[in-house]
Amino acid sequence: MIKLQNVTKEYPRHGAALKDVSFHIRKGDFAFITGHSGSGKSTTLRLIHLADRPSSGIVRVSGFSSERTPAREVWKVRRRVGMVFQDFRLLPGRTATENVAFALEVTGTPAHKIKARTQRLLSQVGLAAKAGSLIHELSGGEQQRVAIARALVNDPVVLLADEATGNLDDRATRGIMELFWEINALGMTVLMATHDLELHRIYPRARVLELAHGQLVYDSLAAPADPSPASASPSPHGTESVADAGRGP
Amino acid sequence: MTHAVREALAGFKRAPVLTGLSSAMVGLALFVVGLFGLVAHNLRVALTELEDRVEIIVYLRDGSLSTEVETATYQLSALPGVAEVRYVSKDSALETAKAELPEFEEVFTDLSVNPLPASLEIRLREGFRTETSLERVADVARAYPFVEDVTYGRAWVERLFTLRRVAAVTAGILGAAFAAVAALIIGTALRIAIFARREEIYVMRLVGATDGFIRRPFLLEGAIAGFLGGVLALVLTFVVFRMVYELLFEVSWIPLSWLMAGLAAGVVFGVLSSALSLRRHLKGV
Repeated sequence: MIKLQNVTKEYPRHGAALKDVSFHIRKGDFAFITGHSGSGKSTTLRLIHLADRPSSGIVRVSGFSSERTPAREVWKVRRRVGMVFQDFRLLPGRTATENVAFALEVTGTPAHKIKARTQRLLSQVGLAAKAGSLIHELSGGEQQRVAIARALVNDPVVLLADEATGNLDDRATRGIMELFWEINALGMTVLMATHDLELHRIYPRARVLELAHGQLVYDSLAAPADPSPASASPSPHGTESVADAGRGP
Repeated sequence: MTHAVREALAGFKRAPVLTGLSSAMVGLALFVVGLFGLVAHNLRVALTELEDRVEIIVYLRDGSLSTEVETATYQLSALPGVAEVRYVSKDSALETAKAELPEFEEVFTDLSVNPLPASLEIRLREGFRTETSLERVADVARAYPFVEDVTYGRAWVERLFTLRRVAAVTAGILGAAFAAVAALIIGTALRIAIFARREEIYVMRLVGATDGFIRRPFLLEGAIAGFLGGVLALVLTFVVFRMVYELLFEVSWIPLSWLMAGLAAGVVFGVLSSALSLRRHLKGV
């Protein structure tokens, strides 16, 4: 579903953000990408979303590859890969319904389908009662739910979350994480970038990929099997594991 | 396309002040161009009127045979660029002189012999009233043996054509400068309007809208802002025209083709500015 093969990303002024990173996430996986600020988490998600191209290596996502998808066709990827952010990126001055419906309108969905799908998604994220509220009238957790509904409304197969709980309190974070798990349980691949190490301790079933200084230093799938829950936690120093580069699709 | 129209109109509704200001800026920029157009057009009209008066007078010797004059008239009429050759008899010349110079009417009446010569007045077609054409026709006329003299106010014509050249170059440079300034102002105004909606563009890219789908409403908005600005400029220019006409002196209104070109320029500037501004926002999302 998502495959990075020897991906390096260099920026002219900031040097390498990612160095020879390879991993493969299968359909239906739930994975965390962790690491400190500047470790390359957001760059990885941007590359998967084809908002940026690797300097070398290949990114494959849901049948698209970074080297064969021209800029004018990136929209096809965006409809298969939803994305949510720490700062929600919602349109102010519009209601929750309008924000979700907007994603359908701009992808050319017929008007008669928009209302029903918007209502269904807002119900799914638990916001049916606040569908008519303006964005600034909603709490942070509720705004993130609107953003998730918007990301899902075009039926993507992958959901990328870039520090999606970074601005939320513990309660709202738990609510959003439960929502991600529910979405994942329906078969969607979820990849969440976070610097919150607690999250993958709370959700040990999730796969963990840890980045440090642009390199993949830990992959829970490749780590030695250990029945203890602690084994699901990544290396605090990011030195003990290797990437799962060789696994097939 | 329905979505583009709906979103373009919604854009005006959502930010009426910003889009109103954009249109006003476009309007004021084009108003300056409109005023320049008004001045340039009237200068052109004045020069054309002066040009219309350019003619060659061929003075005939007394006693010229009418058959010779008729042949000459026919031959001169056939020359390229000649619009009309009119014979003015000695009597007609005297009548004209009496009419145009009433203070000398008594002098003309007391004359026992008419001192004014018969003449041929040659008018050239538009586009042939150049020094070269005038000289060429004058040379042909001068060659007839019954011709006493040929005049066309050479010094005056030279000055007129120099003035015309200076006016054309000045108008070209000033017009280009005004148009460039207008284009910059329009570009800035629409860039501000699009910058204010960059989040919307970002979200559209994020959720998988095609570039064409994103562009269309903004280009349409640019076209509408440009058109409204053009209409505003037209109204303001017309107000100035009426004020000058009523309070100062008679001036001509700008030709329809120029007005249409002005409105089209507003629309084109609007669309191009929006397209250029959008290009930047569509990158890197």
